Amino acid sequence: MECLIGIKCNDFVMVAADMTNAHSIMVMKTDENKLHKLSNKLVMAVCGESGDTTQFAEYIAKNIQLYKMRNGYELGPKAAAAFTRRNLADALRSRNAYHVNLLLAGYDNQEGPQLFFVDYLASMASVNYSAHGYGGFFSTSIMDRYYKSTLTPEQAYDLLKKCVKEVHRRLIINLPNFKVQIINKDGIKDMPPITAKGLATELLD
Amino acid sequence: MARRYDTRTTIFSPEGRLYQVEYAMEAISHAGTCLGILANDGILLAAERRNTNKLLDEVFSSEKIYKLNDDMVCSVAGITSDANVLTNELRLIGQRYLIQYGESMPCEQLVSWLCDVKQAYTQYGGKRPFGVSILYMGWDKHYGYQLYQSDPSGNYSGWKATCIGNNSAAAVSSLKQEYKEGEMTLKDAKCLAIKVLSKTLDMTKLTSEKVEMAILTRNNNITDTHILTSVEVEELIKEFEKNEAAAEAAKKEQKQKS
Repeated sequence: MECLIGIKCNDFVMVAADMTNAHSIMVMKTDENKLHKLSNKLVMAVCGESGDTTQFAEYIAKNIQLYKMRNGYELGPKAAAAFTRRNLADALRSRNAYHVNLLLAGYDNQEGPQLFFVDYLASMASVNYSAHGYGGFFSTSIMDRYYKSTLTPEQAYDLLKKCVKEVHRRLIINLPNFKVQIINKDGIKDMPPITAKGLATELLD
Repeated sequence: MARRYDTRTTIFSPEGRLYQVEYAMEAISHAGTCLGILANDGILLAAERRNTNKLLDEVFSSEKIYKLNDDMVCSVAGITSDANVLTNELRLIGQRYLIQYGESMPCEQLVSWLCDVKQAYTQYGGKRPFGVSILYMGWDKHYGYQLYQSDPSGNYSGWKATCIGNNSAAAVSSLKQEYKEGEMTLKDAKCLAIKVLSKTLDMTKLTSEKVEMAILTRNNNITDTHILTSVEVEELIKEFEKNEAAAEAAKKEQKQKS
């Protein structure tokens, strides 16, 4: 139902997450934040069972902070992703599994931008671009067509807009708003959210 | 009544000392010497081999130097059976980290975890401390090449060059004299290691079967660890003897002139 999209380019990585919180057939709110900050240059986009998402994201975020306090340096994106996957995999094989899908976007000072796809069965893949949810069916093909690793942040943002437009046009589910963040060597920055309202006024101009 | 305070590890003496821990440290000062030297382009460990008997089967090519994981090697001084337990524990700790985070454990964390184990044996009753000091060399992305030392009390510290075991105080002071800060290459470090060992081992002639040496370098983003073969060690010893003879000759000449 929900939708997460991520794009990794040469010196940044950008993630977008829809802001809808729905129960059964009812939309509860449309300004939910599904992007969780794990450390200075690491963001986790989470969707899935609504209680599990917050619980799991907080657990991982606090453990990554604990690591930093204990050792005086942060966990890199790769190690953080491995740690997240391991926790998810261990939970999956217990009586209380988390039903969460994730995109992990981070910037490693040595290795550059990184993007990881993790699903609720704890499979993990390092990818250039990826999406979760039904929206992914449409946006993946658009990114297949237009993705280049040399995209500038502006171009990548426009590509995300293209994906969201297609989700609005073709997906039966109502996902009006998307929160967007960019992670680069300077850290995490909020981009203006992509909203149905905004896209409509853009069309008028 | 003299033994009142040293039969159990957990009891302080009236002067506030833990005798069992001090005895363990004493045991190490009788053990074979180990030394480590940090260089700009790598790091090395060298150890004295005590058990040299020609009837001994060569099951182990190295007796006191152990590889812990892809990025770390350690060398032990003390009770060998205790050391085996500790190296096993070190490898386990390293693998646990690897499975959780998908990358090699940073050096100091590994040392610190093992020291927690060692410390526990100085506090909880009915057990004796491990009679082992360890030198660790390793590389990690946070601090590059590193050399650590740990002792039975559970203390650890980082060094540029250090020595444990028999006659270690003398070795440390000569390392202090000869270590050129910031200018050491691995080649210099090898020569220095042989020089210091030959001084501290108190033997007329150093042989390759008496010395074990391992080096750790970083090439193409991969850590290389290598335990030197007896041929390589023999070459180092020959070079050392040549240099020594040359120095001796120069000294004599100087004397004759004056």
